[in-house]
Amino acid sequence: MTAIRVRDLTKVYGEVRAVDGVNLDVADGEFVGVLGPNGAGKTTLLEMVEGLRRPDSGTVEVLGQQVWPRNAAVLPRIGVQLQASAFFERLTAREQIRTFAALYDVSPARADDWLERVGLAEKASARVEDLSGGQAQRLSIACALVHDPELVFLDEPTASLDPQARRNLWDLLSGINDSGRTVVLTTHYMDEAEVLCDRVAVMDSGRVLQVGSPAELVRHLDAPARIIVAPGQLDEAGARGIAGTEAVEVGPDGTVLTTRHPADVVARLGELGALDGVRVQTGTLEDVFLALTGRSYRA
Amino acid sequence: MRAFSAIAAAIVRGFVRDRASLFFAIVFPLMFLVFFGGVLSDRGQPAAELVQVGDLALLESLSPEAREAFDAAFDVRRVEDLDTALEEVRSGDADVALRQDGDTLVAHYTQTDQVQAAVTQATLRALVDGTNVALLAQEAGSPVPFALDVERVEDESLTVIQFVTPGLLGWAIATSAAIGAAATLQGWRQTKLMRRLQLAPVRTRTIVSARVVVTLGIALVQTAIFLGVGMAFFGLSLTGAWWMAVPLVLVGTLCFMALGLLAGALTTTAEAAVNAANFMVLPMAFLSGSFFSLDGAPRWLQAVSDLMPLKHLNEGMLDVMVRGEGPAAALPVLGILAGFALVVTLVAAKLFRWDSV
Repeated sequence: MTAIRVRDLTKVYGEVRAVDGVNLDVADGEFVGVLGPNGAGKTTLLEMVEGLRRPDSGTVEVLGQQVWPRNAAVLPRIGVQLQASAFFERLTAREQIRTFAALYDVSPARADDWLERVGLAEKASARVEDLSGGQAQRLSIACALVHDPELVFLDEPTASLDPQARRNLWDLLSGINDSGRTVVLTTHYMDEAEVLCDRVAVMDSGRVLQVGSPAELVRHLDAPARIIVAPGQLDEAGARGIAGTEAVEVGPDGTVLTTRHPADVVARLGELGALDGVRVQTGTLEDVFLALTGRSYRA
Repeated sequence: MRAFSAIAAAIVRGFVRDRASLFFAIVFPLMFLVFFGGVLSDRGQPAAELVQVGDLALLESLSPEAREAFDAAFDVRRVEDLDTALEEVRSGDADVALRQDGDTLVAHYTQTDQVQAAVTQATLRALVDGTNVALLAQEAGSPVPFALDVERVEDESLTVIQFVTPGLLGWAIATSAAIGAAATLQGWRQTKLMRRLQLAPVRTRTIVSARVVVTLGIALVQTAIFLGVGMAFFGLSLTGAWWMAVPLVLVGTLCFMALGLLAGALTTTAEAAVNAANFMVLPMAFLSGSFFSLDGAPRWLQAVSDLMPLKHLNEGMLDVMVRGEGPAAALPVLGILAGFALVVTLVAAKLFRWDSV
């Protein structure tokens, strides 16, 4: 069964085609990432799928139902974490999640369980304004999950967090679809999408450029691998002599061989006894992303 | 019902924990009440400062009643030479210098404060005339043909506090209702809480009614505190159908919430919304007689003030709370306020956008 079915979805603001003919399917239990630079249209797409915005054209089906106009039958089955920390002011973490629980007719005890699950039990009595960025995001995610929805939307949950807090949050996020929950996450961090998502849709200028698993996308990119041989193991001429090598660069950290046949090259290096300290860098989702969206600087 | 009470509880907590909004809703208006009711009411027309130069024989010969009136009208100090006295008048330390030259009482005054000068002159003239008449009548051996007896019309308890409490209360509930509505609308829009609530299976009217019920509750608490403080410390005594102030306060609150919604709909940040609400309510308070009576204001200004909902709220509360009028006096005011609330809410709803994009 499909959790989300999007067809030819378009939203135009004045001259800007924020979302431009997007098609996307998300299967039940899948963890899907929507990846793109700022202003790519990720949030607008998500908001139309959630039923917050009316599409100019195209259709959205969530859990087999229409989402626009506001469909009260779908709402209890989805959980949403919005980009800003949408909290009631001056409530403590516990009061906050209990308030959201009450909106879904969930008991305070279950709300407190969620506080525990996201590691905020000790911060239960702290006001939301006094939580750190990471803690606030955890609370926000807990508030989105408190009614145990089948489908969860997370809009840039790790934006503006420091690297430690981000990795900390990944542990939490990677666990939330263990129970078969479907998760849709937007992010502009490649590493995040690579770690968390089953499939990634790369978006730019309102369009979905490519969809696939991170590995598929990288393979599809056909980017050369970089093999770095430790200094003193191999001279430049020797390196050039290896079949399949496209380029050779000698630097202070060693000799860098660029190749599309890394397995063959590594095997040859073994024969030459130059494997000590060798490192292989293959393409990453970041390469895919840059290849698809261009390298020009965006404000 | 659970959703309603959860949202209402969240709003109440947010309000009670916000020192600034508590201060502006309750403490700040109470400061005005203390100022107007406690400080100004003791003074009335301030006594004129009179510098007496040397002995004034006339003052010694005043009848006890006339002496009492003189003492009430003037704060008397005595200096020995005229130059010092004139210098004091000139520099504004005294309003008038008084000396006796033979049978003539000479008053030196400045025209800086014309009202004070006129009052001083009239009082002194009355004093001299009264003494003359008394002496003439005594010489003639006959009583004076006419006499003046003064009696105040109002009840003894009709002090300043009676008139400032309803006006200040009107201003207090207007401010907190308007600011509360404006800040909630814009604040929730800014933090996307509004969108988040849209995505919960809760009806819009549940959310709106939670906000409205909390604001009405706050207004009733403000009213109770105001009347309690007024009665306990400043001798406020309520008359007639004072309980009609409750529906007046409730409908007035709706009216100013509507204005706050309008302020929220017209602006894009919570700060701007609060400023806009203040900008609407504060001038209105001045023009509606919340701080001082508009009886002396020009006609056109009074006509303008009739367009202000706060003016009607204030007048309605004065009628039932201190002027002793019956419950029916509040009915037209309730109608006007309800109509205003309805029209402004419709305009605000028309202008409202879910978010800034």
